[in-house]
Amino acid sequence: MAALPSSSAATAVARLNAAATAAQRDAETEAEAYERTHVHGVYQAIAPHFSATRHKPWPAVALFLHAQPPGSVGLDVGCGNGKYLGVNPAVIMLGSDRSPALVALARSRLGRPDDAGIQGVTKIRSEARSAATTATSTDAAGSAVSTGQGGGAAISDVLVADGLSLPFRDAAVDFAICVAVIHHLSTRARRQDAIRQLLRCVKPREAGSGQVLVYVWALEQGASRRGWDEGGEQDLLVPWVLKSQTQARAQKECRHGQATSKDVNTAVTNTGGETPSTATASAGEPGDTQTAGVASQTDPVFKRYYHLYRKGELEEDVLAAGGVIITSGYERDNWWVVAANGTPSSRPEQ
Amino acid sequence: MKVLTLNFLTCAVKSCKSSSDSFPLHPKDAELAKDDVEINPQLLANVLPRLDWNALRTTSTELGFPSLPDQPPSPEDLTADEKMLQELHSLLMETQIMEGKLVCGHCGHEYAIREGIANFLLPSHLV
Ligand SMILES: [Zn+2]
Repeated sequence: MAALPSSSAATAVARLNAAATAAQRDAETEAEAYERTHVHGVYQAIAPHFSATRHKPWPAVALFLHAQPPGSVGLDVGCGNGKYLGVNPAVIMLGSDRSPALVALARSRLGRPDDAGIQGVTKIRSEARSAATTATSTDAAGSAVSTGQGGGAAISDVLVADGLSLPFRDAAVDFAICVAVIHHLSTRARRQDAIRQLLRCVKPREAGSGQVLVYVWALEQGASRRGWDEGGEQDLLVPWVLKSQTQARAQKECRHGQATSKDVNTAVTNTGGETPSTATASAGEPGDTQTAGVASQTDPVFKRYYHLYRKGELEEDVLAAGGVIITSGYERDNWWVVAANGTPSSRPEQ
Repeated sequence: MKVLTLNFLTCAVKSCKSSSDSFPLHPKDAELAKDDVEINPQLLANVLPRLDWNALRTTSTELGFPSLPDQPPSPEDLTADEKMLQELHSLLMETQIMEGKLVCGHCGHEYAIREGIANFLLPSHLV
């Protein structure tokens, strides 16, 4: 399907909004419950293990961050363990994530003082530290945020928030990034709403300012071994095995059990679409040893919901959310777009 | 959570965002801590124009800090006034709320801060 011109996308959204009914509110509640099980619950459970496999920033994201002028204030919505908070130490990052466990990890990476308190949090922090010590030297180098020299990184901050109900004031910040997050929302209306929230928080478009970077997993992954490509199912449950020494198999399922599970005859690893290491490079990453003691019975498998974006779909969603496209591209199994606020007249009525 | 961060935050409830009462959020029962952050005059000068100064004055008073001037200092003011530079640096960059609540002046919802982390997840009836 060809990309919709912005006017027809806006019309489609206006029609959707006009048709909002109690039935749709039910669907919204269902979508929230679904994401609670297949996204939020999973990240809470796998947080330390997940974090230990997340060190290297995506090149397109690092490039975007380094292009921001010193003293800029930016958001990282869905910041996870905070690996992007210190990429450009000259800017101030405000990170948010839906998972309190990941935010606690991100905060410990920022080197904030421990105030001895709730045991659970202290435990998570020590797990993060042991994961960092067992990491390879390159990973270890990337695992701590540089907070010296009184730069922006020293005052970056994190908080717990839902991307659909962000607590930032309108036009509060210079830029925003949202990496590997929006593909976890289970309806198109919610994915577009998440983009709308990002656009709301950044300043109006100005030379190089007010930009939003969105990065999502692509359907077109012909070069990877996951077996997904153009024309395939876009809504999947992707397994995360808590002890990845075990060779995980890709399981492909349609949502809500509409179809039976189909095994894809390729190996999949826990790297998912979120880290620029290859499938093989991720095997035996430091998270394994750290969680080995936990998995006493069989290795627990958590299934995360993903919407794989087809070519052009991310741009359509940005337009529907009232944004304009500045640049867009494809990088290692992911689609990305740099967007800004459109003119007020192009925004859908709401 | 840094005092600087508070200046960018409002209530997470959608219907509160259009109300001027929802910003800034009001600290309640706040326990403060102080980070040791190297002073960076250039960064401070870059950040000041990005702040809502009136909101910062409110926050400063509510947290028991000395009252701030009516207008934000210019970069020249900061260079000339070492004490002002030091005070703003300490308030914005070094002061953290470790425990307590943030209260919305519009809907009254209280967001908890624990271990220095504010939680803005809403109960389902407020989403
Ligand atoms: Zn409120």
